[in-house]
Order: sequence, then C-alpha cells, then structure tokens
Amino acid sequence: MSERTFKQVGTRPIRHDGVDKVTGRASYGADFSLPGMIHGAVVRSPHAHARIVSIDTSAAEAAPGVKAVITGEDIPETNAKLMLGEGAIDLHDIGDNAMAHAKVLYHGHSVAAVAAVTPQAARDAAALIKVVYDVLEPVTSVDRAMAPDAPILDDTMTTKGQPGANAPTNVAQRMELKRGDIAKGFAEADVVVEREFRTATVHQGYIEPHACVARYGEDGRAIVWCSTQGPFAVRDQCAAILSMDPANVKVIPSEIGGGFGGKIVVYLEPLAIALSRKAQRPVKMVMTRDEVFRATGPTSGTKIRMKIGAKRDGTIVAADASLYYEAGAYRGSPAGAGMMCAYAPYRIPNFAIEAFDIVVNKPKVAAYRAPGSPMAAFAIESVIDEIARQLKMDPIDLRIRNAAVEGDLAPYGPPYGPIGLKAMLEAARKHPHWTSPLGPNQGRGVACGFWFNAGMNSSASVTLNMDGSAAVVTGNPDIGGTRVAQALMVAEELGIPVERVRPGVADTDSSGFTDVTGGSRVCYATGMAVIKAAEDVREQLKARAAQIWKVDASAVKWEDGCAVPPSGVDKAEPMSVANLAAKLSHTGGPIIGRASLYAPMAGPGFGVHLCDLEVDPETGCSRIVRYTAFQDVGKAVHPSFVEGQIQGGAAQGIGWALNEEYVYDRNGVMENAGFLDYRMPVASDLPMLETVIFEVANPLHPYGVRGVGEVPIVPPLAAVANAMRDTTGIRFTELPLSPPRVLAALEQEREPVAAGANAAQAGRPGRS
Amino acid sequence: MAKLHVQTTINGEAAEFLCEPQESLLDALRNELGLTGTKEGCATGDCGACSVIFNGRLVPSCLVLAAEAQDRSITTIEGIATGDALHPVQQKFLEHAALQCGVCTPGFIVAATALLNRNPHPTETEARFWLAGNLCRCTGYDKIIRAVLDTAAETRKAAV
Repeated sequence: MSERTFKQVGTRPIRHDGVDKVTGRASYGADFSLPGMIHGAVVRSPHAHARIVSIDTSAAEAAPGVKAVITGEDIPETNAKLMLGEGAIDLHDIGDNAMAHAKVLYHGHSVAAVAAVTPQAARDAAALIKVVYDVLEPVTSVDRAMAPDAPILDDTMTTKGQPGANAPTNVAQRMELKRGDIAKGFAEADVVVEREFRTATVHQGYIEPHACVARYGEDGRAIVWCSTQGPFAVRDQCAAILSMDPANVKVIPSEIGGGFGGKIVVYLEPLAIALSRKAQRPVKMVMTRDEVFRATGPTSGTKIRMKIGAKRDGTIVAADASLYYEAGAYRGSPAGAGMMCAYAPYRIPNFAIEAFDIVVNKPKVAAYRAPGSPMAAFAIESVIDEIARQLKMDPIDLRIRNAAVEGDLAPYGPPYGPIGLKAMLEAARKHPHWTSPLGPNQGRGVACGFWFNAGMNSSASVTLNMDGSAAVVTGNPDIGGTRVAQALMVAEELGIPVERVRPGVADTDSSGFTDVTGGSRVCYATGMAVIKAAEDVREQLKARAAQIWKVDASAVKWEDGCAVPPSGVDKAEPMSVANLAAKLSHTGGPIIGRASLYAPMAGPGFGVHLCDLEVDPETGCSRIVRYTAFQDVGKAVHPSFVEGQIQGGAAQGIGWALNEEYVYDRNGVMENAGFLDYRMPVASDLPMLETVIFEVANPLHPYGVRGVGEVPIVPPLAAVANAMRDTTGIRFTELPLSPPRVLAALEQEREPVAAGANAAQAGRPGRS
Repeated sequence: MAKLHVQTTINGEAAEFLCEPQESLLDALRNELGLTGTKEGCATGDCGACSVIFNGRLVPSCLVLAAEAQDRSITTIEGIATGDALHPVQQKFLEHAALQCGVCTPGFIVAATALLNRNPHPTETEARFWLAGNLCRCTGYDKIIRAVLDTAAETRKAAV
C-alpha cells in the first residue's frame, strides 16, 4: 500500500466549487429564500440562571405582521437519545437548549420565538413577550460548581461513575484511566513537576452565523435548508425533538461558512419547523453574531492539575492528573476525550487520570476541533517543558526519549499501528526553525498534540456519464476542500481527469446515510466509500468490456484507466472509460457505483509545533514571529487543503493561547459577545505558517489517509505558552496570554510588591 | 414611516430599490437587490465579510445606511469579474487554495482588489495590515496573503 504510486492523488487541482466561492455565487445558510417566506426571531433569557415563572405572549401575538409565536410548550420535552458524531447525545438536553422549559440555564437561553412578515416585525414582537423569572445565583466556574453550597442547575443530576454519590450535584460524571502503579512510579522519579492550569471558555468562531429556512407542509412533512456539518444529524435531531418520523423531514445542506464542530447540534432548526407548522408559511431564521456567542458553541473552560515524574535521563516514569471541564448548561463536556488524549503522545508506564464533567451557567458546549484535547495538551506539554528545564535537557530530546511508537499501548487501550510522532520530533530538532537564532525579547516553544480521528458511517455513489465523465455524491457538507479530494479519488480509480469528475453534496433524500463532517473523518471514512464506489464502477466497466469481448469478466484487467482484454482475443484492443461509457446503452444501460460502510476509528493523528514569540516588555503584547507545524497525515490527497487545515488549526490554537476568552460579569453575562472584543487572530497578528507534512500510511485506508483537520489545534496552546516561558522566564498556567495578564506578570517580576494586586488578578503566574 | 426610494449605481449599472430608513446597505444589497455574495458575519463592522467598494473606498456595508447609496457608485463581489473572465485576485485565490469554507472569501477579494487598486505592489506587512479588517477562521491567512502578493507580482511582471 505504501508503495502505491498515484497519478492524481497528491496533486493540487483547483477545487470544483471554487469559482462559485470567489464570485459570490455560492449559496450559504442565510442566502436562501422561498416565496411567501416569513422571518423568525428568538426571545432570549436576560439571566444566566432562573426559573421561568410565566410567559405572556398575548401582546406579541396581537402585534402587526405576526404569524406565529412558540414557547417551550410547543417543543415537547423528549427522552430520546441519538448517536451523533462521536458519541450519544441526549435529545432532551438538545431540545431544552433550543427552547427552555422550566429553567433558563445561561444568559441568552431561548425561551420563546416569533415569526412575522419582516425580520424587524419579528424582533419588535419578540420584545413584547413578557417573561417572569425567579432569578437564581449563577454558577460560572468549576470551583463554584463543585462547592458544597453551590446552586444546583439540575436537581435530578447525580454523578455518573461515582458510586454512592446520590445527592444532587453539578458534577455530571467522573471518569478515570489507570495503568501501572503511580506511587511506585513517582518513587522512582528524580524530578517531579506538578502545576494547575486553567483555560478560558472559547468559541469556534466560524464567520457564518447559524441560519436556516424551514417549510412545514399540510402533509406533515418538513423541509429544512440550513448550514450544517451534518444534514442527517439535523434531520434526526429535529425529528426526535418534534416527535416526527425522520422520513418526514428532509434536510438540504447549503454551503457552510465554517463549523469546527459547532454546527452539528441544532439550535434554530426545530424552532423554524415549529413556527412554520403554526404559521403555515416557510420561516427563515438567522442568528446575529451576539446570539452566536451567547447561545451556541463554545468549548469548555477548564481547570487541570497535572503531575509528571521523570528520571534524570529524561524517562517519564509516572503521571497523575485531574481534569475539570465545564460542560455549560447541560452534561457533555469533552472531559473524557481530554482524558484519553492527554498522555497519548508518550510512553508512560504508570499513570492515573481522572476527568470530571461539570455543568455551569454558560452555553451548552459544542464540539470544537479535537474536542477536549488542546486543554489537556496545554497542561502536559507545559509540565514536560518544565521537566526539560529542570533536567537541563533539550525539550525535543526529552520528547523523543518518551515518544510513543508503533506497538506501544495508547492510554485508552489499543496498541498504536504505524505512527510518525518520533520521526517528526527528530525532523523538528534538525529543522532550521529549531536551530535558528532568536532576536531580543523572543522565545521558542515546542509542543506535541494528538487526536484519535473518527471513522463511522459513510455512503457514496459515483455515476458514470455517457461521455465518460463522472459525478460523485456524498452526504458530507464540504467545509474545507473535501469535494475536490473526493473527485481526486474517483479520478485516480477510474483514470479520468479530475476536471471530468463533478463532486457534489446531496440532501438527506438523495444521499445514503452519512455521519457528520467532523472527527477528521470525511477524507478518511467517506473517502473510503468514494474509493469503493469508484471501484464498483470499474468492476462494472470490466464486466461490460468482457461482454463486448465475449470473455469472462475475471479475465479482464484494468490498467491506466483502460479495460485490457486477455491475450488471444481477436481484434480486442484496450478500452478506456470514455470508450466503454459510449457503449453503455448497448451493454446494459447506465452505471452507478455505490458503497456504504462503517469505518473503524481512523489512524491516530499526531502533530509537533514550533513557535517563536516576541513580547513587548512595555505592554505585555506578544506577536508570533515564526511558526512551523509538523503533522503525520497518512496521505495528503490534496496537499494544499491539507496545509490549509494545518495552518487554520494552528491559527485557532494561537488565538486560544493569546487572546480568546469569554469574559463574564458577576451575573454570568458575557461581556464581549462580538468580534471586536472577542479577539480572534487577524492577518496582521500572524506570520506565514510553515507546514511539514509526514505521510506514514494508515493501514486502515486504501491510500493511507488518517484524517488531518483536528490535530493542528492541539499543540499551539502549549507551544505558545512554552515560548512565553522561554522569553519571559515566567511559567504561565492560565490562558489566554493576553497583554494585561502578561504585563501584570512582568511587572510583578520587576517590582514584586507594587504589582501584587495586578498579578493576583492574572492568575498568579510563578517563576519556575 | 414610508420606505425610501434610492437610485444608485451598482457594479457599473443603474439600480434602484426601496428601503427602510434604518436599513443597512448590506441588507439592501442582499434582500432588496438579491446580491447575496456580500455576506453578514457580524453586522458590527468587525469581520469584513460584507466589504464593498463605495465610491472608490473600501467599507463594511453593514455600517453604511442603504439610503446613503443615493447617487453613489458601489462595487460588490458580483462586479469583480469582467464578463466570464475572473479578476486576477480571484484566479490567484483559486490557484493558491486561499479559501476553505469560502464565506469570508467575497469580502477578502473585494478588500484585496481595493488594496491593489490603491497600492499595486504591497509588501507582506502592508497586505496583512490592509486585510486585518477581514476575519478568516479557516486558513490562518497564509495562503490568502500569498494569493494577494502573487497577484501583485504577476501584474508587475505583466507591466514590464
């Protein structure tokens, strides 16, 4: 497999959907309209935690232009569960999150919705809805949530995985992993470092707000046009929440303006269907940016205690950690994934790790690129950096000494197959970035990162046209270039030019069932289905050629895009796809290749990032001056989009490290719900982001693909923090490393007494 | 209040529409004129997805009132290509794979066009600061900046 040479896979053709996207023709969630369409607006809670006493909708219903008003009474509570993305989700929580019933659990929680003839009329009417609240104390940190006297969000919640814990609690679950004997391991250690880390709540930050149009018909069927990572996921969630048969819900995905995990669960779609059902008109709903921040995403704020012990030669002998992840308003933080990822890059003979899923009065967290892993990596990669400093070892050498290799057991159980981690670390050590001199006020950091990469359900069909061109259809919205990758696979298998393969994304009536665009699974799992569907076409073409040559199909070979006859057949010449396609009508009719499969979890993905950072000692403002990301991708089907995934993930991680955070006031109200104050990286914040692609083939995929999109957001948090430690001498344990926090720490270094108050606010960074 | 009647020039052609007094140019372009290539990412002037060229000046159309378009000339993403020929910036975005989800792309292309109109040979730093008003969450900007600088390099070559 690794010896396979490719003709088209690995080239960089222009994406098929590119011209539509550079000319403004591509249609995104908010770009779609229907005749007779009206507009929805959501009424959102002004409190972070409150009981709903009453809702009076009479004034809104009487307002001009209003066609429908809904509240929690129109969205019945359900106990259905659904396998979605990388785990089962509780539809009760998704439904209650889309429209609150008894309580509101965060500022911005939806309590009612209005549909009216214009967006302005809907907004005006929404303002007339009177909700009486019994306001409760908000809980906005894991520490407060776990305090004995903490207000309880859900009176029925007990701690899963903690036998005997029957009192109501905000701790939804405790999980753990163990191996070996940590007491013995730490006893053997020459150096032990333990730190406590915190990361802020951050948002996926996709540029396109959530948007949909829903039309509910008199026949009880609903059609939803929306921007989503998973049309089947939207269909099945809406059906379960609204007690409909999924067969009566059709979801047509638009182009999607970013998701990063945040466009999998439904927010607006069930409301739009319910409003349309009441109004008997198509209903469009589009979130404002403020609503996106307050009521969708984000990912967990965390507290992590991490302890590592190593011998004098750098061998890690023991690790012990506790992970506390905010779930937001409902259970389901990625604490478990963080727990499984934390130690994944290293061979650690003795370890223990526990993880807690904790509810707080913030938006219900959604998946965000390698959910749970970046925070855990921030903790362990910072501690490993500290161990290297104490042992006076090169931090890459220390990592090479402990790097997991093929055959080592992953912390979550199975042995690793072939992985490129150690080879990447060795390449990083020799890379000119690592050996180049640093300027004044500059520091350098390194960090590793891991993500599982998902498999799951995928379907694909390939249609051969009479002229020898082909179309490939899947149910995965294309978020970053997957269509052109799928076209490359079909082109490779059939031996036709990639420009003659038209890749498309179909709706839920037209595509075979396919899980979400997420988990770095599209090029891997759906790609596998695409390859199999193209192979199916090829096999059928061989059978047609055999029919023409009057030979047995098994005697026909396929070489260089042609069916080749067995020797000795009179006047039989090899026939190309185009030759055979021209004869389809006379050899049995059209050909469709299809495949559907459940792909096992993909090849483990690792990355190694190097970061140079410069700090202005007068302002605490920092700047990334050089950045290099190494990643083992298995096989880069379209290298430009693989590089793009790595660069984009690195940039998001840099934003998480340096500036991004939800800032809350004492009432649990987010104070920075806009792009001006929620500071994502802009072009002038970043240098070019160098990528180094490693291709250690994944044996589970015919081309060796292992998934690429999520790994690159894992290392940057620690790579940036380690660079900050290198230049300032200060070990920061709390993100983001925003200018005020860095300046306070620098001032404390310069004048420990005078700057004490500021430093306390900055999370007590300590010189190590 | 009655709607306002606005007569303007959009992408070189006369256009007219009715709008509410408080309506933004962005909403008028999208909802009254069907020019949905201009995107809304924030409606507060922070993301640049709604960038248009307004009488020669790059502006976020979400911060311009639709009524201000009276007797002005506006270029939107739909007016960047000439006939069936892409603008060099558009072509370079495709060649460099400078887009992933693509929703910020119209704003970037309008902004990059405005940059090159004003400064045909920007340095990397100039390009980065000019485009700092446009948010992209997918690419990390690397390929976008390369596409813009390559467009400039190619036009310089063509001019020699």
